[in-house]
Order: sequence, then C-alpha cells, then structure tokens
Amino acid sequence: MGSSPKIVIRGLKKSFGPKVVLDGIDLDIGERESLVVIGGSGSGKSVLVKCVLGLLEPDAGSIKIDGKEVIGMPVRERERLMQKFGMLFQGSALFDSLRVWENVAFGLIQGRGIERGAAREIALQKLGAVGLGPEVGELRPSELSGGMQKRVALARAIAAEPEIIIFDEPTTGLDPIMADVINDLIVDCVRDLGGTAVSITHDMASVRKIADRIAMIYKGRIIWSGAKAEMERSGNPYVDQFIHGRAEGPIKMEVRAL
Amino acid sequence: MLDFLARVGRVFFAFLTAAGRLALFALNALSHCLRPPFYPRLMARQLIDIGYYSLPVVGLTALFTGMVLALQSNTGFSRVNAQGAIALIVAVAVTRELGPVIASLMVAGRIGAAMAAEIGTMRVTDQIDALTTLATNPFKYLVVPRLVAGTIAVPMLVLVADIIGIFGGFLVGTYKLNFNAAAYLGQTADYLHRDDVVSGLVKAAVFGFIIALMGCYHGYHSRGGAEGVGAATMYSVVSASILILVFDSALTNVLF
Ligand SMILES: Nc1ncnc2c1ncn2[C@@H]1O[C@H](COP(=O)(O)OP(=O)(O)OP(=O)(O)O)[C@@H](O)[C@H]1O
Ligand SMILES: [Mg+2]
Repeated sequence: MGSSPKIVIRGLKKSFGPKVVLDGIDLDIGERESLVVIGGSGSGKSVLVKCVLGLLEPDAGSIKIDGKEVIGMPVRERERLMQKFGMLFQGSALFDSLRVWENVAFGLIQGRGIERGAAREIALQKLGAVGLGPEVGELRPSELSGGMQKRVALARAIAAEPEIIIFDEPTTGLDPIMADVINDLIVDCVRDLGGTAVSITHDMASVRKIADRIAMIYKGRIIWSGAKAEMERSGNPYVDQFIHGRAEGPIKMEVRAL
Repeated sequence: MLDFLARVGRVFFAFLTAAGRLALFALNALSHCLRPPFYPRLMARQLIDIGYYSLPVVGLTALFTGMVLALQSNTGFSRVNAQGAIALIVAVAVTRELGPVIASLMVAGRIGAAMAAEIGTMRVTDQIDALTTLATNPFKYLVVPRLVAGTIAVPMLVLVADIIGIFGGFLVGTYKLNFNAAAYLGQTADYLHRDDVVSGLVKAAVFGFIIALMGCYHGYHSRGGAEGVGAATMYSVVSASILILVFDSALTNVLF
C-alpha cells in the first residue's frame, strides 16, 4: 500500500427506511491498489460504492478521498471530483438514446471537452480493447447482447483514464474466456494507468486474478480484509464459507424449504 | 374525530412536502438554466420534438374546436338575434382561452408523458447516475433543455393553433351559417385585439413550462422498475393537466 490511502471510509451508515444496509463500514483503499469487495447478494456492496460516488447520501460516517472529506461537499466541487472517477454499473446503464461509440466517448466529450472526432478515435480503440470491433460502435445499446453491453460499459468506465475506477460485477454474464480477458484488462488498467480500482464480484476466479487486497462485507460491516495471499488461510469461517461457496456455515441464507 | 383530524393533517402535510419538493426542483432547474455548460443541440432536438411533431395533433384539435365553437355560439346567439358576434366570439375565445388550453392539454399528453417515461427509464436503469459519474450534471443535460424548449415551443404551437382555430370557425361560418367570407374575416380582424393573442401566448409559455416541469420532475423521481415509470408517466399527465387548468383561471384573473 502507498503512503497515504486514496480513499478512507469511517463509520459509514446507510439505511432505507427500517432496513439497515450499511452499519458502520470502515475501509481504507490505498493508492494504486486493486481492492475487491466480496459479500453475499444484497449485502450492500453496490450501495457502498454508490455512497463513495455520492450517488446516495449516507446517513452517517465519513468518506475521505485524497485526504478530503467528500460528504456534504458543495455540488460544484463534487462535479469536479467526478472527473477522477470511472464507474461500471452492475446493470451497465448505457445511454440508450446514443450510439455505442458515443456512449464510450461521453465522458471525453462532455466531461473533458475533447473534440468529437478525436473522442471517437479513442472510443473505438477502447472498444477494441474489450473485444468489440468498430462496426459495433455504430449500433445502439439495445441491439447488443447483455455481455456486449457489459463490455461497452467497461470501455466507457475506463475511456477517460480515471484515477479511481469502480467495477460493479464486471464479469457477471460473460463467458469464462471473455471474463478472463476482462480480468486481464482490469489488471492492465490498474498497472498501466496507475489507477486505484475497487471491484465488486462474486466470481472467485476473478478475485484471485485482479485483487491485491480483499474486503468481505457481511451484515453491513467489513468483517475481514487482507491481502490476497491471506485469504485462503484467513481462519475466518465467514470468508472460508464464501470463497468455497458452501451452503453450510455461519452465513445463513434466508431461504425456506420448498 | 381526533383520528379523522390526524388523517386530514397527515394528508395536508404530505401535500406541503410534495409542493416544497417540487418548488425546490423547479428552483434548482432554473438556477441551472443560467449557468453553463449549455446543451444547444439537445435543446434543438426537444424544440423539434415538441414544436414540430406536435403540429398535426394540435392543428387537428384546434380546427375542430374552432368549428364547434362557431356552431355552438350560433345556437346560442340565434336565440337573442346576435349572430353578428359569432366571428368575434370565435376569435376571442380561441386566442384567449381555447387555443392555449386545448393545445397545452394535447402537448401534456404527448410530450409530458414522453419526457416522464424517458427520464424515468433513465432513472430506474441507473443512466442518470451514470451521467453524474461521467462528470455531467443531469439537471443541465436532461431537465434544462426540456424546460427551455417547452417554454418556447408551446407558445409557437399555440400561435398556429390560434390561426387554425379561427380558420375552423371561418369554415363553419361561411359554408354552414352562410356568412359572407370577406365580412367574416373583416369582423375578425376588426374585433380581435393584439392583447387577446398576447395574453394567450403568455399563458402558453407558462403551460409549456408546467408540462416540461411535471414530465421531468416525475421522471426524475420515479423508482421501482417499469411499474414506477408507468406511474410517473401517469402522474406527469394528470398533474400537468390539473395545473394547466388551475393556472389558466389564475392567469385569466391577473392578465389584462
Ligand atoms: N434505492 C434503494 N431503495 C431501497 N432499498 C435499496 C435501494 N438500493 C438498495 N437497496 C437495498 O439495499 C440492500 C443492498 O443492496 P445492494 O444493491 O447494495 O446489494 P449488493 O450487495 O450489490 O447485491 P448484489 O450482489 O446482488 O448486487 C438490498 O437489500 C436492497 O434491497
Ligand atoms: Mg450489487
């Protein structure tokens, strides 16, 4: 880990009505580090990253980015801060009124003020990096398969080469080979761009490939975090159950028998 | 009894909260209207959508409104031997009242609903959040172009509706009620004041703003998938229609 962490989260709480989703999250994310957040479905991983991005207003706690408190930050400053971020949404969230290349180039044209022609070149290059040819660039997002949409969303997230990239389930819905290609791409992003990456995934192959460090969220708290090598011998029964995908263990899925 | 009072209080409170949220939304949007960046291309597209593509619907309703107005006022005025006032009543009623109100109600159904559905879908599929993460303010990108376009395009539509409505009255007057064409037009020109048209256009601008505001507001705050978007669409049309009628009577009172 670098000298001072890029993102520091302390005591972060978020509830929706009576439902407590985040119950005091403490988490440090180092500069140029690739952190993977794991945890069961519905455990609040997406809510956590949305709080970091300021898309959801937390109820309590503190989030510091580059040493600066971002909760309650003025709107203008927040907008400028967004230039540092790239986000791949779990549901892709492509703009369906725009063509694929315009989606990828969006942050370049609107956010950075790059001229359309140049932005298009960069967009097509990024599409190439996720295995999509230039002809795909002219299509509409609704004409793509789910996995293709995910890759376009990935290209859009990395197009402006942000300092902090957040991937919400980047490989879900992809075939195993493409998933591995995307994992490589994420590793490259962090290494070549020198960025900080926060990835959410259920896919243990992906965890083993992209993570420097892993944090596990359970019942609204980070119950374990550590380097990748420590994961296998964490001695934490929750982590063990999760990484080996066992139905039996301390984590009880709330299901009733048929 | 106390229970009943509590319930009334709660409804009243909920109403105040909703009104406050709407007012905040409108103020926020207006403040973004004044600060760059602006999106002229998006605004132009909205102008074409609202102004140009609504022409057939609005033109047709205006035509029939003018025709029916001439027929009905003939029925009434023939009882007091005042058929001479038909041209006047058609011109004044269309420009001051029916043109703006009926055109706006049609636009509310067509455009307000489309805005709510589009923005609502963007909300529930995280596209609005995606805009934010791409360093683009969703208010500036989505709401402002629609508000500005609505406020500009609806008066232009209403001007067209005025002309077509008066023409509808003219058709009935000359073909069915046997007015002399030149005399009918002459009366219309003599009795119609500029204020009639202007007050109608001022109303239209307010209505256009209301339609776009309700479409954007309900779309922006929609949640819960397809059902939520459907509800947002419905609320946008219903609330815009009611507000148009409320503001119509209020504006008629204050405008010359
Ligand atoms: N906007 C919202 N309104 C109300 N509840 C919400 C909202 N967003 C999330 N939740 C609730 O918060 C909880 C956590 O949701 P979240 O999307 O963060 O889960 P997740 O860990 O990302 O799960 P998955 O792995 O399935 O994506 C869920 O129980 C969900 O019902
Ligand atoms: Mg999620």
